[in-house]
Amino acid sequence: MKLYLTTNNRASAVELSNIPIVDYTELYRDLSERMSDTRYHVAHYFATEIESGLRFYLILLDDETSEVLITSFIPDYYAEGLASLTSIHPQFHPFEREMHELYGIPFDSHPWLKPLRFSHDRRDKSSTMDSYPFYSIEGKELHEVNVGPIHAGIIEPGAFRFICDGEQVLHLEIALGYQHRGVEGEMVKSANRLRQTLIAESIAGDTAVGHATAYCELIEKFANFEAHKSLRLERMIAIELERIAMHLADTGALATDIGFQLYQVACEALRTVTINTTQAWCGNRFGKSLIRPMGSNHPLTKAKIELICKNIADVRRRYNEIREDIFEAHTLLARFEQCGLVPKGEMERIGGVGQAARASGVKRDIRLTHPSGYYTELEHHPILKSDGDVMSRLATRLDEVIQSADYIERLLANYTPSQDITPPDYNAPLKANSLSFSLVEGWRGEICHVALTDENGAIVKYKIKDPSLHNWLGLAIAVRSEGISDFPINNKSFNLSYCGHDL
Amino acid sequence: MVVVALSITGVINRTRALLAGRKGIRFFQHIYNVRLLLRKGSVYSTTTTALFRIAPVVYLGSALLASLFIPVANLEPLLSFHGDIILVAYLLALSRVAIILAAMDTGSSFEGMGAAREALYGALVEPALMMAMATLALFCGYSSFAEIFSTAQEMSVNLTIVLILVAYVFFIIMIIEAGRVPVDDPKTHLELTMIHEVICLDYSGVDMGMIHIAGWLKNAIFATIAANAVAVTISFHWWFAAPLAILVTGVAIGVVESLRARNKLSRNITYILTIVAMAALVLLTGFLLIQNIEI
Repeated sequence: MKLYLTTNNRASAVELSNIPIVDYTELYRDLSERMSDTRYHVAHYFATEIESGLRFYLILLDDETSEVLITSFIPDYYAEGLASLTSIHPQFHPFEREMHELYGIPFDSHPWLKPLRFSHDRRDKSSTMDSYPFYSIEGKELHEVNVGPIHAGIIEPGAFRFICDGEQVLHLEIALGYQHRGVEGEMVKSANRLRQTLIAESIAGDTAVGHATAYCELIEKFANFEAHKSLRLERMIAIELERIAMHLADTGALATDIGFQLYQVACEALRTVTINTTQAWCGNRFGKSLIRPMGSNHPLTKAKIELICKNIADVRRRYNEIREDIFEAHTLLARFEQCGLVPKGEMERIGGVGQAARASGVKRDIRLTHPSGYYTELEHHPILKSDGDVMSRLATRLDEVIQSADYIERLLANYTPSQDITPPDYNAPLKANSLSFSLVEGWRGEICHVALTDENGAIVKYKIKDPSLHNWLGLAIAVRSEGISDFPINNKSFNLSYCGHDL
Repeated sequence: MVVVALSITGVINRTRALLAGRKGIRFFQHIYNVRLLLRKGSVYSTTTTALFRIAPVVYLGSALLASLFIPVANLEPLLSFHGDIILVAYLLALSRVAIILAAMDTGSSFEGMGAAREALYGALVEPALMMAMATLALFCGYSSFAEIFSTAQEMSVNLTIVLILVAYVFFIIMIIEAGRVPVDDPKTHLELTMIHEVICLDYSGVDMGMIHIAGWLKNAIFATIAANAVAVTISFHWWFAAPLAILVTGVAIGVVESLRARNKLSRNITYILTIVAMAALVLLTGFLLIQNIEI
């Protein structure tokens, strides 16, 4: 029997009836073999209510062939329980924890079956943040340091529980789930697609363009709409601008945390130039309102193209100077090198994605492995570093900014404003009884949106995965055996999203 | 002395701002801030005891008393007796003990960490302080600051170099005591990396104001001693030593903070021990030179 439906990130939505419903034991056997090959990783794994219980969907990515494997199963889990996939491969852990929290599914032998985000529709309402089962170690020499959940600065809530031996961290547990936003529920509450676009832009404030693009591509696959070449190119430029702006901000933030004022102010100034360019384009510094389904309200004009080219060339030149200086700043190198190591093997085990994974030498980049939009026409070579320390994560940022600036300059050099970009269409009919997914490489990593439609073509299920979901565990691993005072620079080197996790 | 205490922070801030390409805050902004703090009441955590409330007074009092013993070149100090250099060293140690105990009193895990770090660095830096002071005493044969810096003395080139090194040791001790980059970062908002700032986290209002003032005084004590040591060899007048203390220390700290990163916390110990070793070397060299001259 065929276990998977094979498709890719460019194909249109697939009908639910075409997705095989397989036997879980057989799938389990297949996965225990397949997952030992690092070319496969999980894009999404979730359950949805059907008449006879729950139907589970698993979306698996093959990084070598650009194929996307989709399968589903309807188990009788109350009778038998489900063997945990996490025990085969740890990267399944957040997905199984979420299903356990929402539906009470007992995953046998799951090593870490703790609540994930305390959503309002969780099954066990007696499970609250106050009763979160923190891991603890007994020992006279050890002490616990709790940071949060209220952040001392202006960012979001999250509890960090350190178990330390003196200054050295033995274990860090990160408990998130303080926000209860119910984003996935909001996405299906109203069929108003403008509203949905606005929610998508707000999934993670620093990835407005990335998530909005994921939403729009998903809708366009349902509507069987092929975006015009110019529209795809403009979306790509928006994503790369966002990448440049966020990597600049993180370079500056890393400098701040080691008290290095010079690079801090230099990077802050450059970030302002970049986000002001986005503002000049669409009226919002974070690129909100720029990405809309099946069209755009802000097609590039000749003047805007010139402005972007001029500013990006300026940012590229000035940032390149900082980049070269950083490799010679010995006090900075002393802090960042060999600090917060996440070896390649660990990164693969936890299913790390995006820029943090590439810093550990894991070649995961949707722009290369599962391109969509304009990336299909671009020969992208991901920036890879091998050390997996804070310096590598900084170095991938340094290089990716230059790479993105090169892409923008190259693409805009021969680009003439297009008359073919239509205004957005929020009312196109969607394919009924189907599943559509989209994969986008945001600045932080792989964004995956999945939606299901009912027989009337209305969206009934919307699932979102921000790259932070995987990478938070990477941070916990990075600080093990480091000094507790090096936690902030490790945290910044990942710069993960709290709200991307607390959907 | 008071001018030195009030101005150093201003010079640091201005240097940092200039190097960052900014205009910077008012020169005396830190004084306005403290004036504001002194007008406010204090908030106390319910877990603290009387110890926590006394500590800022002890902290400020001992710093104030210590500063009275410090001459500015040819300006006589207010208080002076034989052996007061030992008293000054231990008054500063007393202020540290007070603030460490207060931090432990809050029961916060952050402050406990900060107190442990502060105690460790305090213990490590003390030998450097004593040896640097001993070097000064050795040169002059006196054991009070007033007498050491009482007269401009004819110095050989060798001794001048040693004295400039003594000044350098005092400057680094000041960085460690004041919690500046590369040992600590007063601008950071990250509790986990703080040393000095974190043990004052629970203070507010008047108490916080007193801690700030004591901090300025401690800076001024070390900056002035360092400047005196240099002034002895060049031009022994208060109008030379005081601006030297303000400008050189202020600008040097501002430049260092702009152009380098903080040390990794575990590296601080090596950093402090290096200064201890240097102080020992200075003492030894000074001793040999003095012997040669006398013989």
